[in-house]
Amino acid sequence: MKITPEIIDKHGIKPEEYKKIISLIEKKPNLLELGIFSAMWNEHCSYKSSKKYLKTLPTKNKKVIQGPGENAGVIDIEDNDAIVFKIESHNHPSFIEPYQGAATGVGGILRDVFTMGARPIATLNSIHFGSHEHPKTKNLLNGVVSGIGGYGNCMGIPTVGGEVKFDSSYNENILVNAMAVGLVKKNKIFYSKAKGTDQPVIYVGSKTGRDGIHGASMASAEFDKNAEAKKPTVQVGDPFTEKLLLEACLELMKDDSIISIQDMGAAGLTSSSVEMASKGNLGIEINLNKIPCREDKMTPYEMMLSESQERMLLILNSEKVENAKKIFIKWGLDFSVIGKTTNTKNLVLNFDGEEVANLPVNSLSNNVPIYDRKWKKNVTSIKKNLQIDFKSFKILESLKKILMSPNNAEKSWVWEQYDHTVMGDTIQKPGGDSAVIRIHGKNKGIAITVDSSAHYCLANPVAGGKQIVSEAWRNLISVGASPIAITNCLNFGNPEKDKIMGQFVECIDGISQACTYLDFPVVSGNVSFYNETQNKAILPTPTIGGVGLLKNLNTMMTKNIKEVGSYILVIGKTLGHLHQSEFLIEVVGIKDGPPPEVNLFNEKNNGLLVQALISKKLLNSVHDISSGGILIALSEMCISGNIGAKIKIPNDKIRPHEYLFGEDQSRYLIEVNEKNKNEVYKILEKNSIFYEMLGKTQKDSLVLDKEFNIKLNNLNKLNSFWFRNYFKEN
Amino acid sequence: MKSSVIVFPGSNCDRDVAVALEKFQIKNQMVWHDEINLPKSDLVVLPGGFSYGDYLRTGCIASKSRIINDVIKHAKNGGLVLGICNGFQILIETGLLSGVLLRNKKLRFLSKNVFLKVINVDNKFCLNYKKKDIIELPIAHNEGNYFASKEQIKKLEDENLVAFKYCSEKGNINKSTNPNGSSNNIAGILNDQKNILGMMPHPERLIDPLLAGEDGSLMFKSLIKSL
Repeated sequence: MKITPEIIDKHGIKPEEYKKIISLIEKKPNLLELGIFSAMWNEHCSYKSSKKYLKTLPTKNKKVIQGPGENAGVIDIEDNDAIVFKIESHNHPSFIEPYQGAATGVGGILRDVFTMGARPIATLNSIHFGSHEHPKTKNLLNGVVSGIGGYGNCMGIPTVGGEVKFDSSYNENILVNAMAVGLVKKNKIFYSKAKGTDQPVIYVGSKTGRDGIHGASMASAEFDKNAEAKKPTVQVGDPFTEKLLLEACLELMKDDSIISIQDMGAAGLTSSSVEMASKGNLGIEINLNKIPCREDKMTPYEMMLSESQERMLLILNSEKVENAKKIFIKWGLDFSVIGKTTNTKNLVLNFDGEEVANLPVNSLSNNVPIYDRKWKKNVTSIKKNLQIDFKSFKILESLKKILMSPNNAEKSWVWEQYDHTVMGDTIQKPGGDSAVIRIHGKNKGIAITVDSSAHYCLANPVAGGKQIVSEAWRNLISVGASPIAITNCLNFGNPEKDKIMGQFVECIDGISQACTYLDFPVVSGNVSFYNETQNKAILPTPTIGGVGLLKNLNTMMTKNIKEVGSYILVIGKTLGHLHQSEFLIEVVGIKDGPPPEVNLFNEKNNGLLVQALISKKLLNSVHDISSGGILIALSEMCISGNIGAKIKIPNDKIRPHEYLFGEDQSRYLIEVNEKNKNEVYKILEKNSIFYEMLGKTQKDSLVLDKEFNIKLNNLNKLNSFWFRNYFKEN
Repeated sequence: MKSSVIVFPGSNCDRDVAVALEKFQIKNQMVWHDEINLPKSDLVVLPGGFSYGDYLRTGCIASKSRIINDVIKHAKNGGLVLGICNGFQILIETGLLSGVLLRNKKLRFLSKNVFLKVINVDNKFCLNYKKKDIIELPIAHNEGNYFASKEQIKKLEDENLVAFKYCSEKGNINKSTNPNGSSNNIAGILNDQKNILGMMPHPERLIDPLLAGEDGSLMFKSLIKSL
């Protein structure tokens, strides 16, 4: 077939990129070779728009074993244990087919983790939907939640946390970001770098089908009149096969059979083989007739570009092939020697006795075009004096409205669909500030959280970027953990537009500042651009997944109030920042103005102090103050502990609304009992930490002096109303 | 006491239950579904999970697996069999227990802690619950809605073969404390000889104060005591 400009265009390759291809490979590519280039050079695989800025992120600290560039990041949690983790997006497929899109998002990220030799021990997710009133939202939400559950539940890996948010900017572009966390022995980590020539290349897992063929939009009629080719581009997941693949891989990983391993994720066989060869500075030769196919008469083009799920590529020690085969046969999986490593540094594909493609590996990986895209600084609105008649927004009514809003409602409707207790090590369940998972058989654990604050990032991307990293850090501190590192999923619109690119560049700047200051580096992640439909982009939505260590689970902290008659203190200064707050957005209806600024110095100081108080066992409960401010945080503490509180605003320099609903950063609510009060005061004062006494806990109701008194039962009902009502389950 | 945990492709609570058994000094071995002979055991556990992907019907393919013949023999000879969650579904498919497990009434997966009233304490699994008849255990299933004919339900009730019922914290058994739509709030049942227990809740997940409860431990301690 002749390669016409239209075909090149349909592969998403720009004319100047095509010229670069010809000069790199010193020939005109055939269709298969062009397809391979399009799979490797697209934004998703190549990071061509983002690489320049991703390089600026801090990626190392004393605990980091593996930073970005592998299947997932790895951190040291002592005693020869290491944690492998990563977050990834599956946005576009989930909008087309929510169940399968979300399910395969979970499947893909789990493979990234167990490819490195780790047994996955938890997953989390961050999902964003359009307005709840949008006609598609209910179906998408239901499909995504059951897809995430469907995959994770079947795999037997607890889904322990996450977030669910709504905003009309996601009406036509929902976000599904899935994070997986695994446990591995430090000396048993597996990498994707190939080593040695003439080593067998093995295909294991599911058979290859025509699902998920890259860019099926262009693959269709012109290439193949067959209607089969019009199958949707969304992959179909089979968690059962993945469970078998997990067990088979971990069984094989017990000895030294595997030289290198790579899962077949985006761009399937193409990217996995190229990545292994490229990292090892080797060539790879594949006989496509050996690929286990699900369907008849699959072409080399389809095989190389299929994104069928639950497949892995291995390079094995040649003596170990027979033993490895036995393991995969036992688990009922395909096992096929499809080729070998070579010293040619070329990717060579043979089919029916002919060479059908021959490309220098470097041209596909190291020589990907890198763009320095134009970007524009975002205009941040300045803080104005709010022209609001505060009296017309009664505090209790405002509290109720926020608790009942979809973004702030209690979300057990969602997480009850995820098996969060399987594996028997979920010490802190969904609903807390972070999930806590015990390291199996030990008295230590890890804390995990996922956070995003897209409307802050829209209003000021630098401040927003700083804030999400800080919030993740704070959430880990709140359960008593020492934060170690993060993974990030950067969801944005079209990077070819300078405004969007500006959001990206500035968010990275903010993330980078906070990561550096808090010694909280990025060890893995993914970028998802083009979340845009008909010129309407999503809010800039970087999602941060943070991991921390709890050396002693006996000092783990929770947010539920523990006893009547104890004291509630606010740690950190409350200035009453209402712009971008839930109060202004949900209650008043004002969406502009700057987000709260994080002072990283205070963030670190306040956080480390709270951490120290927790480890000294001086606190009853801790909750970070985030979305909604003090009153929402306190309500959540009361509801989860089923104990009330009586509070009085300790500050008359700002308005009550500003004090109670302001979203100033770096703050915590802590509960201290009578016995520990003086000791806590002493430590706070000695360290010059700003704190205020808010009130005392009491039975049954939440009371604000001279303002309101509401029964906990009612508060709880309001908070848990929204989801069940939305799905008519009340 | 010796136990065998049967591992099917897709089982995913096999490790959890093995950990629980070993914690209470029950000598356990894992038995692969493709084995023909069951090793000598006092107790056989069919663990939770998605055996064979739950394709066709939950528990159906597992009930035809190679090892099951020996499990049935073991059960018919009076050996103890415990089926948890998917294990309960498998026991139903083998015919060792009566009834069916339908999809949850709300048609969605449900993972949460529930309260259970121990109805029958006169069996080797539940001896220890005499002291505490309202317990808390997690459920995590999509098909746990127990259904049987009126006559079968009457027989279960009359002959005291219901082991557990979903209830409130105070022990009230009614529609509002029924998480999945099960007939008569049934969460677990016994066979006529009371050597086979099938239950949807997971005792192996609450065996530790750190996990916020130990009500599952009592079952494993009962088993030890019974032999």
